[in-house]
Amino acid sequence: MSIKLENVTYQYSPDTAYAITALDHVNLELRDGEFIGIIGHTGSGKSTLVQHLNGLLKATEGVIYYNGQNIYDKDYDLKDLRTQVGMVFQYPEHQLFETTVFEDVKFGPKNQGLDDKEATLRAYEALEKVHFPTDYFDQSPFDLSGGQKRRAAIAGVLAMKPAVLILDEPTAGLDPKGRDEILDMIAEMHKKSGNTVILVSHSMEDVANYVDRIIVMNDARVAFDGAPKEVFRHYKELETMGLAAPEVTYIMQELQAAGFPVSVDATTIQEAKEEILKVFR
Amino acid sequence: MLRDITLGQYYPTDSHVHEMDPRTKLFGTLIYIIALFLFNNVLGWLVVTGFLILAIHTCKVPLSYMVKGLKAIVMLLLIAAAFNLFLTSGTPIFTIGPLSISDVGLRNAGLMTIRMIYLIVGTSIMTLTTTPNQLTDGLERSLHFLNRVHIPVHEIAMMMSIALRFIPILIEETDKIMKAQMARGADFESGGIIKRAKAMVPLLVPLFVSAFRRANDLALAMEARCYHGGEGRTKMKPLQYHGVDRVGYLVIFIFLVLVIASRIVYPMLMGLIGV
Amino acid sequence: MSFIEAKQLVREFFRRDEEGNIEGVQVALDHVDLNVEQGQFISILGHNGSGKSTLAKHINALLSASEGTLYVDGKDTADPMNQLAIRQSAGMVFQNPDNQIIASVVEEDVGFGPENIGVPSDEIWQRVEYALKSVGMWKYRTHSPNKLSGGQKQRVAIAGVMAMEPKCIILDEPTAMLDPNGRKEVIRVAHELNEKKGVTIILITHYMEEVVGSDRVFVMDHGKVVLSGTPREVFSQVDVLQKYRLAVPQATKLAWELQQAGLAIPSGILDREELLEALKACR
Repeated sequence: MSIKLENVTYQYSPDTAYAITALDHVNLELRDGEFIGIIGHTGSGKSTLVQHLNGLLKATEGVIYYNGQNIYDKDYDLKDLRTQVGMVFQYPEHQLFETTVFEDVKFGPKNQGLDDKEATLRAYEALEKVHFPTDYFDQSPFDLSGGQKRRAAIAGVLAMKPAVLILDEPTAGLDPKGRDEILDMIAEMHKKSGNTVILVSHSMEDVANYVDRIIVMNDARVAFDGAPKEVFRHYKELETMGLAAPEVTYIMQELQAAGFPVSVDATTIQEAKEEILKVFR
Repeated sequence: MLRDITLGQYYPTDSHVHEMDPRTKLFGTLIYIIALFLFNNVLGWLVVTGFLILAIHTCKVPLSYMVKGLKAIVMLLLIAAAFNLFLTSGTPIFTIGPLSISDVGLRNAGLMTIRMIYLIVGTSIMTLTTTPNQLTDGLERSLHFLNRVHIPVHEIAMMMSIALRFIPILIEETDKIMKAQMARGADFESGGIIKRAKAMVPLLVPLFVSAFRRANDLALAMEARCYHGGEGRTKMKPLQYHGVDRVGYLVIFIFLVLVIASRIVYPMLMGLIGV
Repeated sequence: MSFIEAKQLVREFFRRDEEGNIEGVQVALDHVDLNVEQGQFISILGHNGSGKSTLAKHINALLSASEGTLYVDGKDTADPMNQLAIRQSAGMVFQNPDNQIIASVVEEDVGFGPENIGVPSDEIWQRVEYALKSVGMWKYRTHSPNKLSGGQKQRVAIAGVMAMEPKCIILDEPTAMLDPNGRKEVIRVAHELNEKKGVTIILITHYMEEVVGSDRVFVMDHGKVVLSGTPREVFSQVDVLQKYRLAVPQATKLAWELQQAGLAIPSGILDREELLEALKACR
């Protein structure tokens, strides 16, 4: 079970003077159960990349295999792929439309052809998973706060029971506490279900605490791919890409340079604290 | 896709047409549209085509860019042409089953297609070379007399220019909403008319909600920048005629005369050669 | 008198049911006192819904208070006659870069404000040039705003306010929708305007790292100013800030954690350079 990209290239308005290459021969394997962060600045190709994973965009070149099957085969069911690879877009405002939150979450399951009873069950389960307060089930989705809208939108995709969940900038526009709450919730879900989760973000600090693997996109290509601490070792190169490693990385690097016997692999505040305290004990 | 619609999108470059006063261009476009429906023979067609080529050449906007805007309306053109082709009575020259094409139908379909294409290309030159603000300034000044009958010309012009600015933003947004709903299994492409209309709800509701929110934000932002209607406003780019406009008006005038002349001269020519 | 002087400012929003009866009252501003001097760089911190944007809209006379007084540049914001003058001297930049740019060409958008207040054409051009140069967007003057990045759009919006020759600019979460680069760009420009042109800046944000260079920081929660002081004074209260749903920058957080663990690190570390110095001093 995996998603495999082979030489995937994507161009906007190909064969014209305005052609823009958004993906340039990308090779990747996203294994089952991984918690992945895809990082890049605006225009690096990260959003284009994830829209290929559920077939919303079709590669101009290259092949994508989902569980070994070529998704560009003529008889491949793309609609089914989209329920297998669920995707939540950046702004919940782009998908919420029903009169109540509950009805809105049922939209996905109903599109899968499930009957009302099953859809209701799925909606209930999904809203529970994202810790959506029961009191607001019958509220209009437009009256919710930013964080709750985000939860409703994520539930709307979860209700289809996807095997892979992609979240494009799930914390945009939230305040820091709201951001942490959403990320904690996603991490908890990943732990419980063991499903593949892909977080798309432009912030290293946000994802460093959560994911097992970071893929850095730059100029339509994969620049780095590995565990957070491996990727952050390239903090100088990351800077030239308009990205910054978490501040902790800089602190540890500078401490080491100043002669402190610390390891530079700490990526979270907790790890850094323990590293530094070791020196002083 | 949706992004390819170039209609109404300003194309910045340096050309004499860009330099012209929007009123000149508005007047020229008006005369051009009238001429499109005035010409009825080959001679007239040549004059109109000549004018169009001249305009395209002087405005320095790549032809491919203009033609891209046509793609969106190809279907519309084909349907309209088909109606003209098959449903016009006259001497049949070609028959397939119950359908027949008459000589008049063929002529009408041809004329109509030419007129539609010329109309779109010609008017798009106007919007390609004039910023929406200039365009609305031009309209505001040209239609100023309507103020006397209590038509709020300034407000209408302001609304138009804002609408033009938001078209590309809303198109992009539509694209995003469509994708977000498709990711939830929505299907915009298959099914009958009723099913398709129903499928539009998840697209239209978020679009409207967002458009209203934008309108609200924008109103606030305009107020914060001291906007209070047209009263006491000055212009950053006040409209002023220059030399290029004099040439423009002259060309437009000659063009109009030639088109009218074509209607008179052509039958005379035909008479001379005895057709 | 201070440039901005708010005394016991209260603002209530009424929630109404379908018949228009009042269902509930939401207190967005709860007896706020605020003084800002000309030329200061002020930050207002708070989580979403803390009332900070409502306060900003009062300073720009877009909203009027239920109770209390607010004077901006010596003028009473409650008097409708002062509205235009107040909006001109205290301009405002909003969160969403797309929803505040009116024109389809950068320079025309910057000229929109001066046009509204009746500045003669020649002078508008001078002001537009001055404003665009002061935010570093002069070479983009003939571009379409749709082709610009988020940070660039916000700089255009700031130029649009600068062209009105304001004494003060209120930035209402100008970075909330931007990526890290755009964020830095906007904050840098705000500091430049403050230092070089002497413009009073009121920055409203929920990112603590953006307030480091401020003269004074106010923290809002539930419509009240709950904390105020220099950045160092505010940053030293990490536990209190977390209670108000704010995220402390990593360097500050780490310093605080180490301090709690018994290291002799001073309170209110603002950035990683300070942390480094403090750790060196510890050794």
